[in-house]
Amino acid sequence: MDTGVIIRNFGFMMGGLGLTLQLAAITIVGGLILGILLALARLSSRFWLYWPATAYIHFFRGLPLILVIFWLYFLFPVITGKPVNAYVAAIVSFVVFEAAYFAEIVRAGIQSIPRGQTMAARASGLSARDTAMYVILPQALRNMVPALVTQAVVIFQDTSLGYVIGLREFLRRVNLVDAREARSVELYLFAGLVYFAICSAGSLASQRLEKGRQRMHPA
Amino acid sequence: MEIFHYTFDWSVLWRSPYGGMLVKGIVTTLHLSLLAWVVALTLGMVVGVARVQPLRWVRFAGGAYVQVFRNTPFLVQLFFWYFAAPLLLPKQDQQWLYDNVPDYAYWAGVLALGAYTASRVAEQVRAGLLSIPPDQYRAAYASGMTGFQVYRYVIAPFALRIMLPPLTTEFLTCFKNSALAMTIGVMEVTHTAYYIDSFTWHGLETTSAASAVYLCIALCIIGLMALTEKRVRIVGMMGRGR
Repeated sequence: MDTGVIIRNFGFMMGGLGLTLQLAAITIVGGLILGILLALARLSSRFWLYWPATAYIHFFRGLPLILVIFWLYFLFPVITGKPVNAYVAAIVSFVVFEAAYFAEIVRAGIQSIPRGQTMAARASGLSARDTAMYVILPQALRNMVPALVTQAVVIFQDTSLGYVIGLREFLRRVNLVDAREARSVELYLFAGLVYFAICSAGSLASQRLEKGRQRMHPA
Repeated sequence: MEIFHYTFDWSVLWRSPYGGMLVKGIVTTLHLSLLAWVVALTLGMVVGVARVQPLRWVRFAGGAYVQVFRNTPFLVQLFFWYFAAPLLLPKQDQQWLYDNVPDYAYWAGVLALGAYTASRVAEQVRAGLLSIPPDQYRAAYASGMTGFQVYRYVIAPFALRIMLPPLTTEFLTCFKNSALAMTIGVMEVTHTAYYIDSFTWHGLETTSAASAVYLCIALCIIGLMALTEKRVRIVGMMGRGR
């Protein structure tokens, strides 16, 4: 074991963690917004909203993320006529892909709110949009928080796939250091440890939130 | 067909030698994920059962396994098994590995995917076992069965049926994750699609075809498992309020 290799390259590797966190943050925000829209469309009674949203969700949930990254990576130049920037390709594929998973979480959350709430809101004169915005979503989102945090942890791990199109995020940098120093055991254990520390904190938070939620709404 | 500035050439999907490469890639994806699934199911059952044992340290060991494998990215685990694990072996074994196992990347992929999926399977096994009312265990023990008999004849027949749908989902996840083996050089279907692009500049067609392959196989598996679930169903067991 030679821990010196980690200390020598600590700054360089940790610099990649910034990009990893940034990718995760943008994906979580973008994916959640798109996911909510998809979930609302999937629960809609209008077939021209329901069918495309359902197809979208099943389509992306059936594909490996790495393939979606490549596919968009090849598709972009066809549409724009210029080679695509790896950062943009990664962000777009992460958002498009994770939105399908968020949509299913959001749908389950919305369906956990009794139908009577929608009926009462509509009966008191709220529009369909206001019912969603002010009555259903605030309660549903609160119920979903533990599942959303779990998904955020998954996304944080998934950003390591930016590696394949050459993004210099944390794992790519560890890989670069390994190419120079040939210290695979130390370096990959270190990478695992860093991811583990951050993801365990997320998983623990999710469990805490779930317990808190069950205390507030026993059922 | 031409859209924007791109001329589609779908013949890369069957033209020699690319057609053969794609078929080989599909076959590799299938046996890679099936082998990994065998590892995952075996290991996952052991870990999952360990997580509901009365002995504290057994429970802890099972929990630690799940935590470690679920809270690190699969890609890091893959790199660990491929780059780092051989270095932990004694010198002569390392030499043996490099001399006699030319497709070590493939086996590292099987091992990594199996070990990672096992942690997910273990969670489903645990949930399945916990959904069996404790009275079933007590009644089985009270009627004089051994620990093995309790699981084999009383718990497993119920628990396995409960686990079937979530395990189907986990298999599909395992099947999709097998695509990551391309990062260590395994020529499965995603890698093949990417590889053909480097000769032909028609990666859009090949990745589209690869997507279709994943979706078709996933649909077949879902259909097959729905049939299996119907066949093994015990009338009145599922959907009954407890």
